[in-house]
Order: sequence, then C-alpha cells, then structure tokens
Amino acid sequence: MRLLPWHKPHLLVRPNNLKLRKLNTMEYFIQQLINGLTLGGMYALIALGYTMVYGVIQLINFAHGEFFAAGGYVGAIALAYFAGIGYMDSHPVICLTASFMIAMAYCAYLAVGVEKIAYKPLRKNSRLAALLSALGMSIFLSNGMMLTQGVYDKVYPGELFQGRFDFGMVTISYLQIMIVSLTACLLVGLNLLVFKTKIGMAMRATAQDKTMSALVAIGSNRIISLTFAIGAGLAAAAGIMYGLYYGSVKYDMGFVPGIKAFAAAVLGGIGNITGAMIGGLIIGMVEIFGAGYISGEYKDVFAFIILISVLYFKPNGIMGENIDDTRV
Amino acid sequence: MIQEFKKVWKQYTIGMVWLLGLLWPMLGIHADGTLTFQKTITIWSYILAGSFVCFMIYIMKSGSSFKFIADPVSRAANGVKSASAALPIWVWITVAVVLALIYPQLAGRYGTDVAITVLFYICLGLGLNVVVGLAGMLDLGYIAFYGVGAYTYAILNVTYGLAFWVCLPLSALTACIAGCIVGYPTLRMRGDYLAIVTLGFGEIIRIILNNWMTLTNGPNGILGIKPIGIFWPMFENGFTFEHIWVKKLQFFYYFALGLAIVTAIGVQRLNFSRVGRAWESIREDETAAELMGVNTFIYKLLAYAMGAVFAGMAGAFFAARMKFVSPESFTFLESAMVLCMVVLGGMGSIPGIILGVVALIALPEIFRELESYRMLVFGATMIIMMLFRPAGLIPAKRMGTRSEEKEG
Repeated sequence: MRLLPWHKPHLLVRPNNLKLRKLNTMEYFIQQLINGLTLGGMYALIALGYTMVYGVIQLINFAHGEFFAAGGYVGAIALAYFAGIGYMDSHPVICLTASFMIAMAYCAYLAVGVEKIAYKPLRKNSRLAALLSALGMSIFLSNGMMLTQGVYDKVYPGELFQGRFDFGMVTISYLQIMIVSLTACLLVGLNLLVFKTKIGMAMRATAQDKTMSALVAIGSNRIISLTFAIGAGLAAAAGIMYGLYYGSVKYDMGFVPGIKAFAAAVLGGIGNITGAMIGGLIIGMVEIFGAGYISGEYKDVFAFIILISVLYFKPNGIMGENIDDTRV
Repeated sequence: MIQEFKKVWKQYTIGMVWLLGLLWPMLGIHADGTLTFQKTITIWSYILAGSFVCFMIYIMKSGSSFKFIADPVSRAANGVKSASAALPIWVWITVAVVLALIYPQLAGRYGTDVAITVLFYICLGLGLNVVVGLAGMLDLGYIAFYGVGAYTYAILNVTYGLAFWVCLPLSALTACIAGCIVGYPTLRMRGDYLAIVTLGFGEIIRIILNNWMTLTNGPNGILGIKPIGIFWPMFENGFTFEHIWVKKLQFFYYFALGLAIVTAIGVQRLNFSRVGRAWESIREDETAAELMGVNTFIYKLLAYAMGAVFAGMAGAFFAARMKFVSPESFTFLESAMVLCMVVLGGMGSIPGIILGVVALIALPEIFRELESYRMLVFGATMIIMMLFRPAGLIPAKRMGTRSEEKEG
C-alpha cells in the first residue's frame, strides 16, 4: 500500500537510470528539501526529550528511543481500534487527534514510571551506574514491546492523507504537510511552555541549580517527572508521525532514530532547547541529502559522523553555552 | 511500623497499578474494535505473584528474618574460605583447569558446544573488562572489534588462502588498528559522551561490513572459511608431523579453552602491572592521575587497543569455529549482552566475569523454552544489578569508592 516513492525518501536514491536523469535538477533538490524538513522535524521532536532530560539530571536517557517506538505502537493500536469500531471513515481527523493524544499520554505515563524505577534511586550514584541502568531499561522496554506486539512490523491502518499536491516534478503529500505543521505547533507550544510560563521557569531553574531551586520551593522531583513526561510525549508524537510516514512500526525502530536524535541534541548544544530543534532539522537534512546525493546505503553513517566531528571540534554545539571540561 | 508500611508497600502498590495501566493498551485493544481484559489480567497477575514473592524475600532479608539461614551460610562460607586459604591459590587454579580439560569427555556434543560459546564470551567479557572495568570507559561498540577480527580471518583465508595461525596475529593487529582509529578522536570525551560515540562507531563498522559488497560480500556474509590447521605428531612411520584440520568439536574446545586462559592470564598480568595501576588511577580520578604524571590519553588509548586485541583474537577463533561470518553476528545487542555479563559478574573482577558469563549463557540454555524472554531478562538484570549491587556478584578487590563523576 504505502510503498510509493515519496513515502520512502531513502528509496528515492538512484533507484534506476530513469531517476538518475533528474538527479541534478532543481526539482530533485526541492523534493529532497521537503523530505528533509519532514524527517528533520521528527528528529527535532525526539532530540528535545534528550536535551531536556540532560538539562535537568545530566543523564543520557538511553530509553528515550523506546518511548518513540512505544508512541508509534500505541498510535497504531489506537488507529486500528478506531478503524475497527468504524469511526475512522466518518471522523478521520478526530480519530487521528485522539490517537496522538492517547499515544502522548501513554508515553508520558511510561516515562514517569521509568524515571521513578530506574533513574531516581541512582541519582546519587556514579554516572556509569545510571547510564548502565538506562541502557538496561532500553533493552527491557524494546523487548517488552516485542513480546507483547510481536516480532514483525505492525502496519499502520487506513489510508490517511493519501492525497498530494503536484508542482511539476515536486510532490508534497498531505501527510508531509500535516507532519511539518504539527511539528511546528508542538515546537512553538514547547517554547511557550518553557520560556513563558511559571512551570517553564521552574524547569529552567532546576536545570541551572537543583539546590537553589529547592530553596525557593520548587520540588525538583516533580520537575524531573514533568520533564520526562513532556520529552516522552514529544517522542510519542514523532513515533506516530514516523509510523504514518513509513507505513509501519517495529519494536526495535527506536534505536537508530534515537542515536540520530541524540546527535541532533549534541549538535545543537546539549541542554539547549532551541539548539535541539535546529540540530534535528540539520540532521534530517544531512541524512536526506547525503542519501540523495552521496550514497543511500551509508545514510545512517552521516549522522554519526556529524556527532563525532561536533564532539571533537566543538563539543558545546552550535547553540550551547560554555560547559566545563568535566562533562565532555 | 506505619512509616515503614507507607514507605515500602505504598510504592509497591503504586508500581503494580502503574504496570497494569502500561500493559493493558498493549494487550487489550484489538484491531477489530473489541476490548479484552482477560489476557492483561492473567499476565499481570503472574508478574504480581512473582514480584510479590521477591519483594517479601527482600523485606524479610532487610529485616534480618533470615538469620537462621544467613548465619549458617556465612559460617559455611567462612569455613570454605579458611579451607581454601590453607592450600595455595595455584592448587585451586590447577583443579579448575583440570576440570575444564576433562569436561568434553563428560559432557556430550551439545554440552561442549555451549561450553565453547561460554569460552568465547569469557574472552569478550575479559577484553571489555579492560576498557570498562579497569579504565572505567563505557564502550558500547565493543563487538565491532570482534567483527573486525572475524572478518580479517575470513577475508584473508577465503581470498588469499592464508592459514589460521598467520591470520591470528593479523586479526589482533587489525582490531588493534581499528581500536586506535576509533579511540583517537573519542578518548578526549568522558563518560556518557564516550558511550554514545563508541556506539556510533560500532554501528558505522557494522554498516560498512554490511555494504562493502566487494570486500565483505555484504549481508550474505562469507562462506567456506577453513578451520584451524595444526601439525600433529604421528608415530606410525617413524616420528612425523601430520597436518590436520581441527574439525571435531571436542578438539576445538581445547583451542577455545587455551584462548580463554591466555586472555585471563593477560588481563590478570595487565591488571597488576604498572599499566593496570595507571588505568585504575584514571578510572578513579582522571584529573588526579594526570597530576601524578600518568599520560592519561596514551593509557586510555592503550586500554582501548588492548580490549580490541582480545576481541580480535576471539573473533578469529569465532570465524574458524563457525566457518561463516555475516554482519548479523555483530549487532549492538551483542555488545549489550557482553556488557551485561561484565556488569553482572563485577566490573574489574576476573572470576566475577567468568561467573557472569556462565550465568547468562549457560542458564538460558537450561531454560530453553523461555528463549524469547532472554533479552528482557538481560535488560532487567542490568537495572537490578545497578540498583542493588552495583559492584557485581564478585566485586573486584581493588575498586575505589570515589569517582570524579560523583561530584557533579
């Protein structure tokens, strides 16, 4: 069903001589730009969770990729349920919105519990212990999903947003428009939350100095839980978008996007929210353009190379404040 | 009492209710528009029962209700300790080695096969121990060096027809070079950044193995690797050396055992040398180590390269054993498995790691029907070990209590 080339940006890469003809045209460039924007938006959403969690507790949450995968699964389950009871045909937009809400709530719920079980007791221990615990949690969650949902791909139901606009050679599907606009809304909403509200101020205060913020009556445990919940909710939204875009979800799909999103967070300067958004877009663009113009087989390598070179040459990232030597 | 109750049981209850809420959407909502609760409740009640028993035991243990068991056990352990101290350590090691030598005669083909896997993982665990346990750097791409070693032997043997014993040092060398290439840019970083960068490098190496069709034959892997060839003394017509292939599993077991022993001795000697002390000083406090004149960068690179060397040698043996290599064998999950063994046994402790490997390889073989829960158990093991016993089952003797990262 959803195997059309514009849904599989990585298949657009030199599939045959026919496509090679238009490789150097402007249309191809614009097409890749649109695909990159879509993918980059998803990476930005995942990267925000990494960067926010790192900001408050200085821990790489390895299980974050699994929140993304769990969001994709719950979205698929919810959409399939709505299709099963027949709401999908009559109210597709309501069903989709409800699925997003359900998946985001589920992942926030999951993340808060995970934090309480695996990270909170280790906050005082060495960082290696917390890191290993996070890694164990990641393996545990992805295998838990495998056991409950099966080893094979879970196909996204329905034929949502099948239409597309054609501008000559460039096509934009409704799905891409939906993804980009929803991503933009979420990013703007998060920015408002963090920089304009009291809760956001409390979060920023906790990230800066936990003891001091506790002295002015900010419950740091609550703020940490909230941070995990928001980050996981954004990752869940990205998970549904990923599922809709590629047509299916799998239990181990969180691993590679997770690392790429982490690369995005590092590129933007870890702990910096605006930086994570920009970093996500850059990583998405680099991946799509690298796959389109250099090599499709090595598309996963580009993000890693960016990660390594950023850490080597500019460990603070493009937006990061000066962090001291001990962190890197 | 009430305080105690609130502190412990309330959290436990909340946790179990949380789990129920977590399980139901995954198990109870179906695509045909029906909602069921039967399966969720069943699975949840199994988990509830199991965790309740564990929890009761934990509570009773911390409330010292098990004194009647714990006291005799500790007395018996003390007795064993004093008995073992009566004989020198080499006697026990000799006993262990002799037992390992006669093992294939006692166990069948299947048992020997499992034992060979255990020995490979012991080599990998000990090699990773150099990086994680001694030098304190979390390496998540470790299995890539195993892959590099295996592929070196596979390519040199299949394409150029080189013999195993020529390729073994070459495998170690290429793995070492790969380790230096990976280590050089990454070792400036500390802690969690290093972890994720090594993870990235491990994936890059796997992707290269997967896509470089002309060299590695891509995802299809390389077939037809020759087993180990040795010269065996024959006495039939005088005293001659006959060239034979090591094809029999029991025969191969001894080679794997030899490799494991060499690795164990190597790691032990490194640990108690000047180099090992430098590594431990870096692990405990890098700034202080640098202040005392330890060249931290060189020693970290050395730790990384040594770990890679052990992995490369194990990889060559792995290729000779399987006669087939493909990128599928060198995924991130394998790295995580080896790391889990090191964590379970105790970072930095050689007997601990051997115990950890035996526990995590041999036990799943016994509970064969629970195969699909294996990685789930591995993940849970890592979390539980970190929560309750971060030093591992058999903690290393020379493990400091302070680490630099604790201050942050």
